[in-house]
Amino acid sequence: MSAEAAHIHEQAYKGAPRILDREPLVLNKRSYSWITNRVCGIVENKQPLLWWILFVPSVLLTGLTAFCFAYLISTGVGVWGQKQPVAWAWDITNFVFWIGIGHAGTLISAILFLTRQKWRTSVNRAAEAMTIFAVMCAGLFPAFHVGRVWMVWFLAPIPNANAIWQNFKSPLLWDVFAVSTYFSVSLVFWYLGLVPDLATLRDRCKPGLRKALYGIFALGWRGANRHWSHYETAYMLLAALSTPLVLSVHSVVSFDFATSVVPGWHTTIFPPYFVAGAIFGGFAMVLTLMIPVSKIYGLGDLITPKHIDNMAKIILLTGTIVGYAYSMEFFVAYYSANKFELQTFMLRGLYGPSTWAYYFMFGFNVFAPQLFWYRPFRHNMWVVMFVCMCVNAGMWFERYVIIATTLERHLTPGSWRTYEATWVDKYTFLGTFGLFMMLFLLFLRFLPVIAIGEVKGVLPQSDPHHHDHGQEGIQEEDLMGYPDRHVPREAAAAA
Amino acid sequence: MSTLKRVHGYLAEFDGVADLYHAAEQVRDAGYQRWDVHSPFPIHGMDKAMGNSKSILPKLVFVGGMTGTCVAFTLQTLTQTNFWSSIGLGFIQKLAETYPTVVQAKPTDIFTLPAFFPVMFELTILFSAFTTLFGLLALMGLPRWNHPLFVSKQFAKFSDDGFFVCIEARDPKFSQVGTKALLEKIGGKNIELVEDEL
Repeated sequence: MSAEAAHIHEQAYKGAPRILDREPLVLNKRSYSWITNRVCGIVENKQPLLWWILFVPSVLLTGLTAFCFAYLISTGVGVWGQKQPVAWAWDITNFVFWIGIGHAGTLISAILFLTRQKWRTSVNRAAEAMTIFAVMCAGLFPAFHVGRVWMVWFLAPIPNANAIWQNFKSPLLWDVFAVSTYFSVSLVFWYLGLVPDLATLRDRCKPGLRKALYGIFALGWRGANRHWSHYETAYMLLAALSTPLVLSVHSVVSFDFATSVVPGWHTTIFPPYFVAGAIFGGFAMVLTLMIPVSKIYGLGDLITPKHIDNMAKIILLTGTIVGYAYSMEFFVAYYSANKFELQTFMLRGLYGPSTWAYYFMFGFNVFAPQLFWYRPFRHNMWVVMFVCMCVNAGMWFERYVIIATTLERHLTPGSWRTYEATWVDKYTFLGTFGLFMMLFLLFLRFLPVIAIGEVKGVLPQSDPHHHDHGQEGIQEEDLMGYPDRHVPREAAAAA
Repeated sequence: MSTLKRVHGYLAEFDGVADLYHAAEQVRDAGYQRWDVHSPFPIHGMDKAMGNSKSILPKLVFVGGMTGTCVAFTLQTLTQTNFWSSIGLGFIQKLAETYPTVVQAKPTDIFTLPAFFPVMFELTILFSAFTTLFGLLALMGLPRWNHPLFVSKQFAKFSDDGFFVCIEARDPKFSQVGTKALLEKIGGKNIELVEDEL
């Protein structure tokens, strides 16, 4: 740039903000092979003692769920606490809870992909795995809720001997389609993302059973650009398909309630409120899993404070949306001048038999995340874990409040009954945490927990024009048209 | 016992993304057709450097998705309404032995359509996703577990931090001397003639 041009440029951008480097997505300038070794090492080395300490109880808890379901089938549906008018209680609460957990995985893998949020690469693999395992846990409950679980195939749209077809006008059947589509598409998305990393594992193994299995599932991947070209198109298509899908799934779940005529359920706010709540609860679960994984397996350079910080901000945002929805629900109940609607909310929040659940819900979901307004809290892993635990619990209480406490106080006071869960309800739910943990631990043991190929792709040296720039590691787009305003991070810190 | 061997092509390693990118531009300009670059991750702009055209996958997926919509529409109207009779195609309903399902005081004609949207939407997504998966595999020619490149010892590095160019012997411009010279000129290292056992 000539002196004159520089002067014109200086005048044009006078007072423009100074631009800092972006925080690096991978700390300590790690190389490609460091990432490969670190992530594959988790799978190839012996698991730490803690893995076994968690795995054994998880298997036992899974057995507990299996036992509870066996007891339910052999004895009858009366072993659950549901009695009229509370026909939906812990089972549906657990279903909505688990299906909600799954939503963060798809949000990270699809929506953050479409919005070009590169930080997603460090957490998307584990979040997608979590989605699949959570949907598996979720699917158990409605399957057993039908009463005669051996008749569950009646949900599938296939001709049967009675020539009776499903009622496609029912939101319950929409749910069957939404959840099974969600599971299938999430599985395809997850597997497709795994293929290049399975090839990495294959190429590192000694010949034997492991190499054969990784090889089979890697499909003979050889990293060819003619393949990557189609692959990236497919990945983007799946992201574009999953984005409306994830919004539809929890909307359809909320239709189960919203299309009924029960006061407290029959509201139009339900779909966005459920979707925000699902993303909220899901992110809390992602952090609950990823912070310990990052510490135990030494992945701190890949899952950096920036990642945690970003996710904490999403929790803060969605938690506040959820808080708005709680308040708006209450306001609309008052403003509608519908005395049944208002009565339902007064009973939920002020003088019903289960107001404790409402206070847990509000405190855990709305007040606890407000800590994240303060940056040091977002960077303190103990605070983050504490808030996430609150949110995990709070989101369960939210579903309990919506489902059980609403039904406890139905339209006719003559049929009012306070719901009490039985031990079978409680242990079945507890056991699904074991199932979830068991699947997640097996995932850690056998598959790469971080998308190796995708993380490599966001390193600064992966940009083919990296060396063409004067400033090391800074891409043109990051400078927002003010290349001369760039301040290196170290210099800014020193100043 | 002697084994017959067939030349698959030349494999050359490059130092990094930028080198590979510039190498690809030069191989493209030299007029080669049957060649590829192999990298641990997709490289931004490599399609342009190689002169590849855009993937046709989105077109396949559109067809797949629309198939899903039609399947859902047919499934639901056939089993819930008398729509097919009303447009003079009652024989389809007879053939499928279905009759309108009268529930929830909803109409049994086409005006029930809004209640069918959720399932139509979900099946559109489901069919699209599976078309994406199988369409992708078909376009890539995978699974293929026995590729000649796997014979090369150094090739396994591609999934860690290796960047390779492979020019195949099938290419009309391929020659043992000329292709090797080109790869040397553009900075290729560890140049290897990959041979496949027949």
